[in-house]
Amino acid sequence: MISMIPRKHIPLSLTLLTPTIAIILTLLFGAGIFGLLGFSPLGSLYTFFVAPISRPDQIGDLFVKACPLIITATGLVFCFRANVWNIGAEGQLVFGAIFSGWMALSFPHWPAMTLMPAMIVASIIGGIFWAMIPALLKVRFNTNEILVSLMLTYVAALFIDWLVRGPWRDPMSFGFPLTKMYSDAALIHRIDVPFVGMLGQLHWGVVGALILAIFGGFVLSRTILGFQIKVMGDAPRAGRFAGFNPNLITIGVMAIAGGAAGLAGMVEVSASMGQLQPNVSFGYGFTAIIVAFLARLNPVGVIFAGLIVALAELGGDHAQIALGMPKVVTGVFKGVLLFMLLAGETFNRYHITWRHPAPMPGSREQ
Amino acid sequence: MSQKSNARGSHPQPLFEAVGITKQFGDFTANDDVSFRIYPEEIHALLGENGAGKSTFVKIAYGLLQPDKGSLFWNGELVSIRGPKQARQLGIGMVFQHFSLFDALTVAENIQLAMPAGESITSLSSRISSISRDYGIEVDPAARIYNLSVGQQQRVEIIRCLLQEPKLLIMDEPTSVLTPQETEQLFSVLRRFAENGLAVLFISHKLDEIRALTSRATVLRRGKNVGSVTTKGRSNRELAEMMIGAKVKDVARQQAPADAKVLFEVKGLNRAKANAFAVALRNISITAHAGEIFGIAGIAGNGQDELMAALTGEWRTEKPGVIKLDGTDISISGPAERRVAGMGFIPEERNGHAAVPSMSLADNALLTNHSLAGVVRGGVLDLVGMRAKAAAIAANFDVRLPEPNPLASSLSGGNLQKFVVGREIIKVPRVLIVSQPTWGVDVGAAVFIRKAMQELAAKGSAVVMISQDLEEIFAIAHRIVVLHNGVLSPAGSATDLTAEKVGLLMGGDTAHTSDLAGGSDVAPGASA
Repeated sequence: MISMIPRKHIPLSLTLLTPTIAIILTLLFGAGIFGLLGFSPLGSLYTFFVAPISRPDQIGDLFVKACPLIITATGLVFCFRANVWNIGAEGQLVFGAIFSGWMALSFPHWPAMTLMPAMIVASIIGGIFWAMIPALLKVRFNTNEILVSLMLTYVAALFIDWLVRGPWRDPMSFGFPLTKMYSDAALIHRIDVPFVGMLGQLHWGVVGALILAIFGGFVLSRTILGFQIKVMGDAPRAGRFAGFNPNLITIGVMAIAGGAAGLAGMVEVSASMGQLQPNVSFGYGFTAIIVAFLARLNPVGVIFAGLIVALAELGGDHAQIALGMPKVVTGVFKGVLLFMLLAGETFNRYHITWRHPAPMPGSREQ
Repeated sequence: MSQKSNARGSHPQPLFEAVGITKQFGDFTANDDVSFRIYPEEIHALLGENGAGKSTFVKIAYGLLQPDKGSLFWNGELVSIRGPKQARQLGIGMVFQHFSLFDALTVAENIQLAMPAGESITSLSSRISSISRDYGIEVDPAARIYNLSVGQQQRVEIIRCLLQEPKLLIMDEPTSVLTPQETEQLFSVLRRFAENGLAVLFISHKLDEIRALTSRATVLRRGKNVGSVTTKGRSNRELAEMMIGAKVKDVARQQAPADAKVLFEVKGLNRAKANAFAVALRNISITAHAGEIFGIAGIAGNGQDELMAALTGEWRTEKPGVIKLDGTDISISGPAERRVAGMGFIPEERNGHAAVPSMSLADNALLTNHSLAGVVRGGVLDLVGMRAKAAAIAANFDVRLPEPNPLASSLSGGNLQKFVVGREIIKVPRVLIVSQPTWGVDVGAAVFIRKAMQELAAKGSAVVMISQDLEEIFAIAHRIVVLHNGVLSPAGSATDLTAEKVGLLMGGDTAHTSDLAGGSDVAPGASA
């Protein structure tokens, strides 16, 4: 019988070594898969990992791609740390986009000084609104937040689809399901880096995402709120003994995750799209779950995990375009990468031993 | 008796012999060169503190673990016991500390599950009845388990073993769940086994029981065999010193305070059953005075958990005026507010209730201090202050740390319990509520913890101690009540009570409540 035993002390060298080994294994596996399918192994790996970030502007684009993932995953970390399984960040992200979009489309003449904060607040409220449905149902009726939040994702997707095809469609869009373009005040602008100029699509939202992740790390590790969340997740009974309110924590972490997802929706639309469309998210809310776990549920780690996942996404797109690689193959490779990283993370925390099959005391085996 | 000495004289052949048994778990040596013999018709005690390696040895003897070194002999022949099935075939039966019975099934159905297939319930029931008669263990084969008391469930386990006709019966801490009366009944059953030619290996750390029941004891200390001794003519102190390897300091009850004021008062607390397995609390009243240790005895599962949750504030009544701290109504306050008001709590379960195992001691110090001054400023944690607090607790309460600020899970049970106790006592709470303060800790830590509670009471605090350990209750409590099926008996003075009287109440015999009330200075509900 194989059993996994938690390591008591994890040396720093091991913590650094495991992702390295994971990446080396991914490269070997990937090269094997590409070779079997008739692509040049080394060329494919280059296209996947190096070509997408070989120029400064491409690095800027990598951050842009990671931006909604970092914002959303930072919020999700709070949920997962508290053992609240919010799988519906995708829907909360969409509702953030809808609420901020309503601000942008209703008040196009407002100056950026007022419209931008109003949109940020609206997007957070939108995300919280959508997250409160599973949160309150769980607290009041003990429903399963996984199911409710997941199902609400589809409701949100259909709702925005209806909005942009129906009441909010731009009459001048020639029948395309698009709203009016946002006014300039409602857009997030690209960063004009001194002496360098624009770096691809790098925008101010990325700066916000990095600040948010670091601030999230501070809240989780240094404040009483973060402490309550961790205690509730690790030992709910000890949390109640300490006097923490489990229902308040559930609602709180759902609000944090919903608000962050909503903000990500606003940033994505205002920085990259400039108007609402049926698809404002490309599965960011789901990918962010992977990012959160890859980051070991650590908000600062979310920055690096977000960049890794974004690179895999960009590399996949790049390989499809440059090498004509089928989408399923890039998908498999992304899967291998994440699998290896998460497996490495597991082996980092546990060591595997082989034990003789010993029946549990009291078991009856006649 | 003559039969027993005869057995050892004319048949020098031991029934069971362990030679040099050694078992390691990682760096930890659970059994280190353990050797001893059990003769036929002998009741042999395996004595040791928690963690001394008794359970490991028993599991090796029953085939659940394989020794790293050493050999086992059965009737003089070298055997290797590969599993419980083989152990049973040899003639070794075992009654575990934790029962494995299905609540919804009858006694006969539960036993049928453990027997080779093919026997009808009727024939099995008649065999159960005849074994019950032979040994004087009354059990109704048709009774459902959930209707049986813990003592009766244990008899079912014993009968299940007996049906397999063992030569050696291993009993792992069998009295930990029994009342004194049930224990006495068990002992007479075990003595009858010995008369009928069965050997019994009796695992315990309770010295009185071992001296009452057994003729010889093998003492384990930190995995090593300290020696096999005859128990007759030895004092508890001698055995305890063998067990812990040091001089035992006694904890003597302090003088009860005279005319002290009431610090903590519970009046008419009721709580409905939270679920089918919970116990309802009915009209609970407690009056604890300054300087007093108020003991609540009772067998596990009679409402201790429910009562503890009501006292800590994890569960709250909606009725005001039920719980008062020095006259202030705290009935509807949560745990954090009650701490601010001057209470401290030590729940029974260390892991996951009193402490978070995956967190550091500094974090665990924060757990019951976050509502008090000094460790949180404006919502931000004072990490230095938390560490200092944890270090102060460790230094004052003899918590041995493997490293500065370790994870709670890396401390041994006794050390973590000292931390959890120290975390509350260092605050000098006016009222300390504690449940099973020395459960599963070694003798040295238990003495330390009891002394710390006494010192707190001597400073003028009231201590309410829920404990299943009668020895502990009688050692330090000034007044004693018994919790049975969610109801408290009237309080009696510890000096007027005997273990017998309390034991009867623990078993649910209410005819003796008048004896208790006689020694009481405050009848529940009588004080304003």
